[in-house]
This record gives sequence, structure tokens and C-alpha cells, in this order.
Amino acid sequence: MSDFVPAPIAQLPWKTILLLLIMASFGFVVLYSAAGGSLTPWAGLHMVRFFMFLAMAIVFSRLNENFWKAIAFPVYIAVVVMLLGVELIGAVGGGSQRWLNLGFIRIQPSELMKVAIILAVARFYDLLPPSQIRSWSAIWPLLVLLAFPCGLIILQPDLGTTITVAAGALTIAFLAGLPMRLFVGGAVALAVLTPIAFFFGLEEYQQRRVTTFLNPENDPLGAGYHITQSKIAIGSGGVFGKGFLNGTQSHLDYLPEGHTDFVFATMAEEWGLLGGVVVLFGFFLLFRWGLGVAMKAKTRFSQLVAVGLTATIFFYVAINLMMVMGLAPVVGIPLPFLSHGGSSMMTIMICVGILMSIDRHPGRQSSAFG
Amino acid sequence: MNGGKVISSAVQSLTFTRRATIIGGLQVGIGLLLAGRMAYISVAENERYQLLSESNRVNLTLIPPRRGWLVDRNGKPIANNRSDFRVDIIPDRTPNKEQTVATLAKLLSLDAEEVERINNELKQTNSFQPIQVASGLDWEKYAAVSVRLPDLPGVSPRQGFSRFYPTGAAVGHLVGYVGIASAEDYKENPNPILITPGYKIGKDGLEKHFEDRLQGEPGAKRVEVTARGKIIRELDTQSDVPGKPLKLTLDAELQEYAARRLGPESGSVVVMDCHTGEILTMTSMPSFDPNSFSDGIGVTEYGMLRDDDHVPLRDKSLRGLYPPGSTVKPMDTLALMRAGIDPEETVSCPGGLRVGNRFFNCHSTHGSVNMNRAVAQSCDTYFYKMALRIGYDPIAKAARELGMGEKYDLPVPSQSYGTVPDSDWMERKHKRPWANFDSVNSVIGQGYVLSNPLQLAVMASRMASGKKVQPRLLFTNKKIEVPAINFSQEHLMHAHQAMADVVSGRGTARRASLPLDGIRMGGKTGTAQVVGLNVGRGGRDVPWKFRDHGLFIAFAPVDNPRYAMSVVIEHGAGSSSAYPVARDVMTFMFDREKAMEQLEPLEKSWGGNIAERTAKKMTAYRAQKELEKAIAEGRIQSTSDDDISDQNTEPQVGQ
Repeated sequence: MSDFVPAPIAQLPWKTILLLLIMASFGFVVLYSAAGGSLTPWAGLHMVRFFMFLAMAIVFSRLNENFWKAIAFPVYIAVVVMLLGVELIGAVGGGSQRWLNLGFIRIQPSELMKVAIILAVARFYDLLPPSQIRSWSAIWPLLVLLAFPCGLIILQPDLGTTITVAAGALTIAFLAGLPMRLFVGGAVALAVLTPIAFFFGLEEYQQRRVTTFLNPENDPLGAGYHITQSKIAIGSGGVFGKGFLNGTQSHLDYLPEGHTDFVFATMAEEWGLLGGVVVLFGFFLLFRWGLGVAMKAKTRFSQLVAVGLTATIFFYVAINLMMVMGLAPVVGIPLPFLSHGGSSMMTIMICVGILMSIDRHPGRQSSAFG
Repeated sequence: MNGGKVISSAVQSLTFTRRATIIGGLQVGIGLLLAGRMAYISVAENERYQLLSESNRVNLTLIPPRRGWLVDRNGKPIANNRSDFRVDIIPDRTPNKEQTVATLAKLLSLDAEEVERINNELKQTNSFQPIQVASGLDWEKYAAVSVRLPDLPGVSPRQGFSRFYPTGAAVGHLVGYVGIASAEDYKENPNPILITPGYKIGKDGLEKHFEDRLQGEPGAKRVEVTARGKIIRELDTQSDVPGKPLKLTLDAELQEYAARRLGPESGSVVVMDCHTGEILTMTSMPSFDPNSFSDGIGVTEYGMLRDDDHVPLRDKSLRGLYPPGSTVKPMDTLALMRAGIDPEETVSCPGGLRVGNRFFNCHSTHGSVNMNRAVAQSCDTYFYKMALRIGYDPIAKAARELGMGEKYDLPVPSQSYGTVPDSDWMERKHKRPWANFDSVNSVIGQGYVLSNPLQLAVMASRMASGKKVQPRLLFTNKKIEVPAINFSQEHLMHAHQAMADVVSGRGTARRASLPLDGIRMGGKTGTAQVVGLNVGRGGRDVPWKFRDHGLFIAFAPVDNPRYAMSVVIEHGAGSSSAYPVARDVMTFMFDREKAMEQLEPLEKSWGGNIAERTAKKMTAYRAQKELEKAIAEGRIQSTSDDDISDQNTEPQVGQ
């Protein structure tokens, strides 16, 4: 093969690109149907963005570890500033706002933060001497790094993204070797604090989402509508689905947000359990690749970043699917590669790009002996 | 914190690998959980969700069934269904109600009263139950609304059927009317058809009684709708099963004729086949137009009906009770003859009879009268004396045998069946023994005796045919077997002759003879006092409500009786108001053209036919209400209060 194809092209991670292409294409098919058999307004743009961000990811893959190390903290600070900007614009303009209009693109800084926090936290544990990993100094900087973005995002208010950001950071802390008892203790504390947070920390509409999630049938036309309709879409699809373009829940507008957060329900209605298993298997391959990259990585930074990014994508998928299937409250998290939406696609593809970069530059075993 | 453990990069790397594996495991676990959950929803609960998805997608619209027709004995419709266009509002889906109603009022040219009714109903309910804006629309108006639908959310134009009564007010009391099911109806039977626009149920009369039979089964239309209620396409339609028709014994033409012949009077005409008991007409006027009720009656029209002193809302044939007066005299003679009185025996009439310390008047001084003359000239003295001789109980027994005081087995919502008093009844009801003056009062159909017009017709029928007929409203092709009554043929012939003589030369109703060759009518006049004699006779010179009721019972032909009837005119100032009606209606039985000729000049003098007169009355009523309102609001100064209400100045007199 290398005889016919130029080396730079032959060196591309074709297997990964193929997997991404298949998944995005399936998203294209679902969005095409969601629009009633039309390229506009979603399916066409979805593919254009995919190729655009794929190109970006391939460019990222040429950059090496040192680049990511160098930009880790600056990017983090920049995104925090952007989050602050969003808050200020919202306060001045009256009403909450989540995106910044840069003229050519509208960016949700909270989406970018999902990547930025991974880089920053990974860089921090990379810099931390191994001997201090079980000390207090391994903990407080993490909390500081988390406090700014989480505080600003929960103000927006966007519970789903806050959780994803925090979960990404904590995953890295876990991998970095913080004492296990902290995580066990944390889990216990969470169980205790959740009810308190529910009653005092959440906005009323968020509380309602949670209570509705616990009992969607109580309020089938109100806040429980999303979950109920989503389950109807998935359930009525059966094993083989109603067939391409034959979904009624989506086409007759019973399923809200059928092209964004609830795109999986749109898919499941037409493609059934079979389509669902294919999508899950696709994600499984993606995560296996992501963790494989982490295992092959030789430096501590790339290891942490690789797992952190894989976990970030995983949180998207897990939270979205749990929400769509009625296992989690409606929190507004899109499904990677299938949901329509520029910001999330960009975030996912940045993650993929950095993973490809680490895949390509696994680095050298830096300090095997300390 | 560090627990004395020296952690190297190598240890860290090991920790990383171990913990990354844990994370990978967790991810696989969550993935399997999700797959399991999805399989559960889409396989185990598939059926349930498929059903829910279908009920989302498909909107079932019920199609109100066409009601069964009511037809007369000749198959002519009394109540049928007219194809019409209608417009409803669904309150829940109408955001800007006032604006919408105003637009509709302009498009459909609704009057202020209708707009008020719609606005009132809109205020009272706020649900999916539609409110009728208008029905019976023509195509142009329907189309005018239909094309503006995008600007009129919540407005629903439909094509359907509405109940139509071709003879209008003539059948009002008997047939009843239909209307939208009430909230109570729906609570009792929460069938969605009840709140479907255009669906009506029987509210009164035969329409109510035969609801189950007339109702039919609704059809259904399945349409695919979006979450916002927009119809995408029609899936399939199952047509309705119309209700079964009901054939009545009535003769619609006769019913209408009788109603028209009653004219401006308040009264009742009942005609029966005297051999079968079939009711050919049972008219009570004035009446309401069931068409107006079925469309949702306007406030003004209802107010007019309610305020009318001729009580158009009461069925006089079945619910009106009147002292039968002298119409009971032929029946009296049958009782007397059965008690052994010789019809040729004469009694002297000096113009009345003293019983105890009261003097009972006869309306004339008849001199020497026998039974025949006592009936023909309606001599009260003869019956006073005879009643005192045989007592009243045998007469009461005869009265009951002839159908007085009886509640008949008829498909009607209610009957007032009056009283035939006797000594037992007096003990039971008034705790006193029967007195002579009771006999004297009762034998001339006064005192405690009360009957409704249908009973009078049944009495006339039984006497005419000698058969114990039961009145019936439902037509049957089977032969109706009727037992004979317990009076001898000879006695009946005698009574027939006396009734014939009432109408012939020397009787009290000479003008009642039929203008037909060879067909004679027999009858008996009656005058029922409304107020005591101390106020004076209830003739035409006293206010309407104090005038005597005029009654007449009749049968024809005398030689071979076929039809019997009763006519009651409320406050007709004596029997002379009743027997001309009886004559014309009986004429109609034999010669319809001739009867119509009699009617036309009369209607002209009354100011038009029923519909025309009602319209005039309505205009006058509306004008009066406007005037009252204007005075109440101080817009106009009242010059004389008497203009508005002339009731207050009348003397208050009890019976």
C-alpha cells in the first residue's frame, strides 16, 4: 500500500477515521429522517461539520505531546475567561446565555471546558512529584481548578455540563493515584449530600426534572413529557424498528428535541434494538481505542489525558443514553456523532484529535526510575 | 497523608494501569446496562409502547350517528335529519376567545343575542367540550369560516346532520326535542360520543323515551395528527349506524291541521281511532318549536315561552287537568241505565235544585226532561236528581270503566291523571263521608272531578265503539284485539242518539254538525268553571284567565263510529269555543279539502299561520324587553307603568 499512497496519508489512523465516519454517517441518516427526509436543516450541515472537524482532528494529530503540555494551562485560563464573559454578557443582556458569538462561529465555552479541564488537571498531576500524590497538595489545586469552571457553568445554569466537567477531572485524579479511600468516602458523601443539594442547590426547573425523572408518568404532558415520549419512541421501535423514514414519534413532533438530545430515540424508533446495539458497539470500539491509546502511551501526561478524554466522551454517551432511556434526569447532554450541534461535535473531535496525537506520539518512557 | 509510602513513577504507572482497567470495566458495565435497558424497553415493553405510540399518532374522531326517524302512520316524517353545516369552538384551543367570537359573528352574521349566548358558554366552561357557534349554515358561510381557519385556532367547522321537525310546533309537546348532553348526562355515562360536537340526545317526549332506539351507533374517523393537532392524513372511516325509525299512530297532516285550527287559543285536540285506541292526533297548543330547542334555544325565545300565560311549555293533552263539566253526561246516562233508570222517565227542571241549604243552578229552566233531552240540552237538574237517587259511586265506577282517572301505558315522560271521586276516596283523602252535594257536583263534572283531554277522548272512544280501547302511540301492523266494555248495546245506542241530538236540531251544539253529506257527528258540550260563581259567569266579558274552559267530546259517524275526539279550550268562555274546532277537525277526517277551506279565512283573521304569528309575537316580545331594559337603565322615561305590565292592576281572585 505504501508504494501507491504517499506516506503522510498512509500514516493516518484509517481504522479510527473509518469508525468515526461510519458513526457520523449513521447520525446523518438519522438526522435526514428526522427532518422528514431532507438534507436541510440538519443532516447536510452535520456532515459538513464532521468533515471540517475531522480535518481539524487530523491536524491536531500531527502535534506532539509537548504542544499539549504547553497550552494546557493557558487554554484553561482562556476558557475560564470566556465563561466569565458569557456570564457578564448574560447579566448585561438580561437572561441566561451559554454561547459566545465570535462572528464566524458560536462557541459554548462550557463545551470547550470539558477538554480544557482534562488538559489542565492532567498537566497538574504530571507536574506533581510522585511522592506528593497522597498528600494534601495533590488535592487542593484540583479543587481550585474545578471551582472556577464548575461555579461558572452551574450559574448558567447547566447541570449536565457541570457534572461532565467535574467527572472528567475526578477521573484523572483517580487515575493519577489519589488514595482510593478519598473516592469511596467521596461516593458516600455524595450519597448524603445529594438530597441536600437537591433541595438547596438546584433551580426549581432542575428539581422538577429530577422528580419527573423519578416518576415521569405523573406528569405526562408537563415535564415528564420528554422522557415519556422518548421511551415510547424507543419501545415502539421494537427489535427491528419501524423502518427508515417511518418513525411517527419523531415525524409527528411527539418526540421533543428529536434531532439533538433525543436523537437516539429518533434512531431507535426507526432502527430498533438492532440500531441501538450497533451504536453502542460503535462507541465500545471508540472507547476501546481510547483506552488502548492510553495504555500504549509512555508519558504520564499522555496517559492521563488519553483516559481523561476517553472518559469525557464516555460521559456524553452514558449520560445521554441514560437520560433517553429514562435512567437519568433530563439534563441536556447530546449524543456524540449523532446529535446535531456544532459545539459538542467540536468538543468531541478535539478529544479525538488529541487522542490521535497521543496515538501517533506515544512518547518515550521518560523516567522509569524516578 | 503519604503514610510513609514512597511512591515512585513506576508505582504510579502500575496504579494507572490498574485504575484504567477499573474504568474500562465500569464503562463496559454501564454499556451493558444500557443495552439491557434498551432491550427491556423495546422487547419486553414493546407492545405497551407500540400502543402508546399509536394512540399518539392516531386521533379517533367520532361521527355522531343519524337519529332514527319518527314517522306517522302513513310514513310521513315527523322528525328526520337534515344535512347541515355547523361551526363549533373548542374553548381549550382558543387563545383569544373574544376576538375569535367577534370574527365569527361577522362571518356568520350572528345577532347580538347569539354572541352573548356563546360568550356566556365560553365563560362557563374551559375544556375540550365544544360549544356550538351556529348550525344549519349554508355552504357559503361554512366556506367563509373554513378558509379563515388558520387565523381562527380552536374553531371547528363540520358537516353533519341536525334534527328537523317538518311540522314544527304542532308536534312539540308529544315528540319533545333533542339537545346537547348535559354535564350530568356525561357524568352518568362517560361516553365520549356525548361530548362530540353535533351529537344530541332526546331531552323530552318521545325523543327522550325512545332514546336507546333512536340513537344509533356512532361512526369513527381515524386521522393521523401531529403533536400540535395538525391533521396529516385520514386513515380510515367507519360510517355510523343510524338509529331505527319509529312509526307512530299519528297522522302528521291531521296533527298539523288540529294545531293550526286551535289558532290563538290555548287548548288541546285529541283524536283517536275508537276501535283500536290509536291516537291519530294529540295536539297541545300553543307549543314550542322543537327545531328551536334542538338548535339551542335563544334567551329571548325561551323567555317568551316562559312568560306566556298560555303556557306553551306544558303539554295540555297529558298534563292539563280540567273539570270535565257536562261532557260526562253521556257517561252518566250509561251509569243510570245500568242502575235501572228508565230513559223515558221525566224529571221536572225548575231551573235548579235545592240540596240541603244550597241551591244548585241549572243554566236554564228546561221544564219536563227525559234522559235524551237532558243530554241534548244539558239539563243539570235531571242529573242532580238522578245522582241523588242512585248515589254517585255507581257513576264513578262507570267513569273509571270508561277511562276516567286512569293512567295509561304510554311512552310519555309524565301524565297527570286527575280524579274520579267516590265515597271511599272522600274518606281516604278528606276524612269525611260523602255528601249529597258531592254527588250533585260530581255528576255534572265539577267539584273534585278532574281529567285530562286524553282521558276525555278515551271516554268518547269507549262509548262510541263499546270497546275498552287503550290509547296507543306506536303503530303496529298486528290486529289489535280489544275487549268489550260492560255496558249493553242498547244503552250505548241510547247514549249515541242523545249525543247525536246534541249536535242536531234541538241540542246545545247545533253549529257543530258536519258540513258533509250523510256523515253525522255525535258530541257533548262542556263548560268548566274556573272561578266561583260569586265573581260572575266566566264569559267573554271577564279577563281571559277567569273565563270558563270550553270542552267538547265527539265521535263520528254516528251510525258506524270510527273516530272519537276531545277538544279542550282553556278559558274559551264556554263550550262554544270548543265544538267549532271539533267540527272542523272531524271534517278533516273525512274531507281534507273542505276542512282546509274552513281554516284559511280563520287563519287570515288571526294574522297568519303558526310560524308567522310566532314571529310577530317574538318581535313584539323583543321590543318590550328592550323597552323594559331601556327604562331600567334610565335611558327612557317611563310615561305609564301600565304599558309594561298590565297584570298588576287586575283583581286577585281565587277559584
